[in-house]
Amino acid sequence: MAEDYLVKVQNLKKYYEVSKGMFKQKTIIRAVDDVSFSIKRGETYALVGESGCGKSTTGKTILGLTDATAGEIYFQGKDITKISYSDMRKLRKDFQMIFQDPYASLNPKKTVREILMEPLRIHKKFEGKEREKKIHEILEIVGLSKSHLHRYPHEFSGGQRQRIGIARAVILQPDFIIADEPVSALDVSVQSQVINLMLDLQKEFGLTYLFISHDLSVIEHMTDRVAVMYLGKIVEVAETEELFENPKHPYTQALISAVPVAHPREERKRIILKGDVPSPANPPKGCPFHTRCPFAMDICSEKAPEEVFFTDGHKATCHLYTNSKEEIKDVIRNS
Amino acid sequence: MASSIPNEPLIPEDDSLAFSQKTKAAEFFTSLLHSWTGLLGVAIIFILLFLSIFGHWIAPYDPVKTELTAKLLPPLTDGHLLGTDHLGRDLLSRIILGARISVIIGLSTVLIAGLIGTVIGIISGFFRGWIDIVLMRLVDVQLSFPFILLVLIINAVLGAGLKNIIISLAIGGWVIFARVIRSEVLALREKDFIQAAVATGVSRFEILIKHIVPNLFTPMIILASLQISSFIIAEASVSFLGFGVQPPTPAWGNMLSEGKDFIFSAWWLITFPGLAIIITALGINLFGDWLRDTLDPKIKGK
Repeated sequence: MAEDYLVKVQNLKKYYEVSKGMFKQKTIIRAVDDVSFSIKRGETYALVGESGCGKSTTGKTILGLTDATAGEIYFQGKDITKISYSDMRKLRKDFQMIFQDPYASLNPKKTVREILMEPLRIHKKFEGKEREKKIHEILEIVGLSKSHLHRYPHEFSGGQRQRIGIARAVILQPDFIIADEPVSALDVSVQSQVINLMLDLQKEFGLTYLFISHDLSVIEHMTDRVAVMYLGKIVEVAETEELFENPKHPYTQALISAVPVAHPREERKRIILKGDVPSPANPPKGCPFHTRCPFAMDICSEKAPEEVFFTDGHKATCHLYTNSKEEIKDVIRNS
Repeated sequence: MASSIPNEPLIPEDDSLAFSQKTKAAEFFTSLLHSWTGLLGVAIIFILLFLSIFGHWIAPYDPVKTELTAKLLPPLTDGHLLGTDHLGRDLLSRIILGARISVIIGLSTVLIAGLIGTVIGIISGFFRGWIDIVLMRLVDVQLSFPFILLVLIINAVLGAGLKNIIISLAIGGWVIFARVIRSEVLALREKDFIQAAVATGVSRFEILIKHIVPNLFTPMIILASLQISSFIIAEASVSFLGFGVQPPTPAWGNMLSEGKDFIFSAWWLITFPGLAIIITALGINLFGDWLRDTLDPKIKGK
């Protein structure tokens, strides 16, 4: 069972210390607070949540772009949090990242050829002509052509740049790619092209994705399993279909109800959450969601809920399900 | 391929490559032609460079030859276009040759100060930690000291002369470069493409050399072009105060200094060298402003 997992994250924590002045106490921001999940080889695993919930930080920490405060990250069974910068460098050919902003993620002073050559050069893959061939190949796969080789990033549109970013990520044929909101900066029409490209690449190279997004319709379309994050914690995990059909956690329910409906006749009751996300510097006691939860009970503000397991690896962290089923129905009916 | 994108390329495949590379230089010059301030700046700089290289052949008289019978002649008398000074030396010739001093000082100080400042700024911004704190406090201390006073003190220790004034101006001027370059490096460090390079497995040293430094050229050029004029003015001030270039070598600063004694009787002695300094500084600043507008897409206004 354990070998199935390509990436395993255990009790990952990332805290930032923010000093508010020389003599004041430092505040600790819990960007990622005790997060555990595992990603199977070949699947697309989604991290979803509103901005500031720690999903991007989780991705960056897994890649070692920031150091974890605590916890372990296993990649192919090896804990990569304890590895030195230079040892980590060698491992990096096996996991790559696609960034959110295609305007910021490409060095403006480098041509497409130089951008794509760098990973090959760093990891000493192929020689001379073969490198050129590989670059041509990958450009064609992502839908660009040889004539773009000597152009600079500013000569491309957002969608094309994201293709370059994707080409850079897959050129080393990694096993695992973290895609941090890869389409949220793009036009809707271009989004689907890029998503389909990512799906094609997954089939072709057998990639495993960690797909970070706040866009549920994109997630529904392309991922296998979803973890919902709220205030640095994972509140619900399920297979994508199961999650959309049968969301358990009130936060997930609210998120899903907010997805726009395409059909004009179809009506859906929207759950509008009150208030804002509390500050991760000062998270509420008990369940972090109780300040906005429509079903909040007394216990929610006192005790942090435990994970409750449903079918097929569907789990949610909510007090609603720790009580007997009768009580739940009451609460839901009364609200 | 299994790509789901229509096979036609997304950018029309014209004779694109040669075209797009030609436009880079062409764009630069078109943008210059469209800006009369930039054009004026470039013209002034060209005149300045021309005078500093060919001054000896252009100057109508020997700039250091005294002729006491013809002293303090007003402009446009006896073939002296701008008049003569208290020793009967031709003012126009002296101004023409003074250009050379200004150019030498402007360029060499900017080179030295820019190099020192850039290296320190890069070290400070890239490595952060205690070295950043130490270097930046050093910069703070120096910035809290008046620039001209500092230059004068260093000059007083080293002695006057062209070489020493270059050294003292460079020591006084590197801090600006260090500050600006450090902040540029700090901003670059957090950019996604640097993170992408880290994620690719590029070593720290290579990230610095191949990703950060090339992105510093633009701010470096802009800053240097704007700093040259302030160095030229500073040299004039120091020479005016008697620490800089020593007479009889003609420099605009010491010409002002000599002329100030005759300010009421011979106005041209300080007016024309003063104008030379103003026009030079103005020209370089105009050029620098245009350069910044053209090279820095952030301020490009789109």
